[in-house]
Amino acid sequence: MADRLGPLLRHALLLLGAAVMLAPFVLMLSLSLKPPAEIFAPEFRLLPVQWAAVENYTAAFTKVPLARFLLNGFIVTFCIFAAQAVTALPMAYALAKLRWHGRDTAFLLVLAALLVPPQVPAIPLYIALWQLDLLNTYAAVILPSTISVFGIFLMRQFFRTVPDDLIAAARMDGLGEFAIVWRIMLPTAAPALAAFGCLSFIWNWNEFFWPYIAVQSEQLMTPPLGIAFFSDTEAGTSWGPLMAAATVTTAPLVLAFLLAQRAFVRGVTMTGIK
Amino acid sequence: MASVDLIGIGKRFGAAEVLRDVTLRVADGEFLAILGPSGCGKSTLLRILAGLEGADRGEVRLGDERVEHLPPKARNLAMVFQSYALYPYMTVRQNIALPLEMRRLSALQRLPLLGGLLPGTALRRRAIAEDVAAAAEPLQLTHLLERRPAQLSGGQRQRVALARAMVRHPAAFLMDEPLSNLDARLRTEARAEIMALRQRLGATILYVTHDQAEAMAMADRVAVMQGGRVLQLAPPQELYDEPTSLEVARFVGSPPMNAIPARIGAEGHVEAAGCILPWRSSVAPGTQVTLGIRAEALAPAAQGFPVRVERVERLGAEALMHCALSRSGEALVARLDAAQVGAHPPGTSLLLMPGRAVLFDAQGDRLPMTLRHGAAITSSEPAYG
Repeated sequence: MADRLGPLLRHALLLLGAAVMLAPFVLMLSLSLKPPAEIFAPEFRLLPVQWAAVENYTAAFTKVPLARFLLNGFIVTFCIFAAQAVTALPMAYALAKLRWHGRDTAFLLVLAALLVPPQVPAIPLYIALWQLDLLNTYAAVILPSTISVFGIFLMRQFFRTVPDDLIAAARMDGLGEFAIVWRIMLPTAAPALAAFGCLSFIWNWNEFFWPYIAVQSEQLMTPPLGIAFFSDTEAGTSWGPLMAAATVTTAPLVLAFLLAQRAFVRGVTMTGIK
Repeated sequence: MASVDLIGIGKRFGAAEVLRDVTLRVADGEFLAILGPSGCGKSTLLRILAGLEGADRGEVRLGDERVEHLPPKARNLAMVFQSYALYPYMTVRQNIALPLEMRRLSALQRLPLLGGLLPGTALRRRAIAEDVAAAAEPLQLTHLLERRPAQLSGGQRQRVALARAMVRHPAAFLMDEPLSNLDARLRTEARAEIMALRQRLGATILYVTHDQAEAMAMADRVAVMQGGRVLQLAPPQELYDEPTSLEVARFVGSPPMNAIPARIGAEGHVEAAGCILPWRSSVAPGTQVTLGIRAEALAPAAQGFPVRVERVERLGAEALMHCALSRSGEALVARLDAAQVGAHPPGTSLLLMPGRAVLFDAQGDRLPMTLRHGAAITSSEPAYG
């Protein structure tokens, strides 16, 4: 009896945790289907009595350019991830597999950079972008995130598991160091890169602070900025369409995670090769 | 193919001196084995030759050219690794083709789609495909070309590694324990494959191993290394019969050579385990020395070392008789015919007579020793009771 109670208790606890995590999303979905009168009704129902899904979702796409925000989100996150991969892979290779003076110090600095909150360099970055006359462009959103310290760290940890003989063989076969990064390390690191891609996508898709500073034009806003737009409009907050927009904005994340889940788990547990 | 010269190579990793003034000259077409226990510096030496590691001192020559300053890809050497180091996500065909693509195609021609449109790419790719097929055929890899390394057995992976090494006709082959991940039967097969490859290509081969049987069976000459030094460089038989030091004597051959303490008697004759032996040394009388005797040089006789049989290990045609010297308890192994050992079950005593032996001083260096004419083995002390 006692040995059955253990797993039961564990699962109950996990279920409770899952419920707490999921509750806001369920609420969001539920509210996005309801007309204003029901949103503020004293008793809570999961499903609306009178469905307002069509109205809310139509409003989300018409009152603000939500489609445009989504497109901006995709452009920005894709460019950031591409740049992060292009910079993190060679850096991680150099930190993991090459011997050079100051390597350990450099790695320490990379680790230290993980501790710096993004708000700290915000003002210098803003001034730099202003001097380059890049404020209020895609570049303003993308450039500050092109180097991911976390990406370098993650890939470096993964590259350390790649056998040295493989690199020696590649050198004997005539590959240069960059060719080794792209032709040997990158394919073996695909799961780790997919995991990092997933995280990078989620972070940058959800990023509010920096785009809020860097971008004023409605044409360039990313989804979180766009949602904030709803409550800023003078008519007051319209909760139904706001929740509808939030649901639409969250959907790509859930979808991306489901698609990349296997690679993600494989990458995070670092059982790439052998 | 080319000769390979390593001259006065020195290397340290931090405080550890890995190689001390190592000189090896390998003739064009020679098969040289570098034999030593793990950590003796043999792999580092190979990596220095390959250009994967820089030497602190010394010269590396390929043919007449000094190559210390050249990166690995400019040295035209091929290496076979213990782990095979095949590219895991490439097919066998791609693995074998990669070294050719890197040499024969320009960076632009190697680009996935665009490269195919450039003039000359198709022609060169066809030539590469032919060479890959020619390399795969003698190693029986033709039907495996589309597989990935993970789908191959150990022996097959080893053959792919060989094919990848030979496909571009390097100046020399460097092999770093290429057979140690194989089981005993496959190892014998792979040995034969390497020998055949050598015969076909007339290749210069440097072969690093810790397995003395492998080195003895394949190499023209063997360099025995220990502690970052070459102890002896000689053909296998000479290494076995005439070791220049006790370390070499104990490392080469299985079971290791018996080493028993001995001393030089008044007239220069050699005494050990209560016997005056039929050899003479010019070393000062009274010197403590070590006598090295191969297991097969010991035979039961009317005169000799008194020993007690501890256990018998039957190997089929022959047997190893593990004994202890009756006086000192020192271990002694004799290799006898299987038929002979039945007469000496464990627990019995007998006399073992050495047919031939080598002499070493207290530092383990070889001492000269001559046969006393007409001498027979006698006891150095009065018979007991």
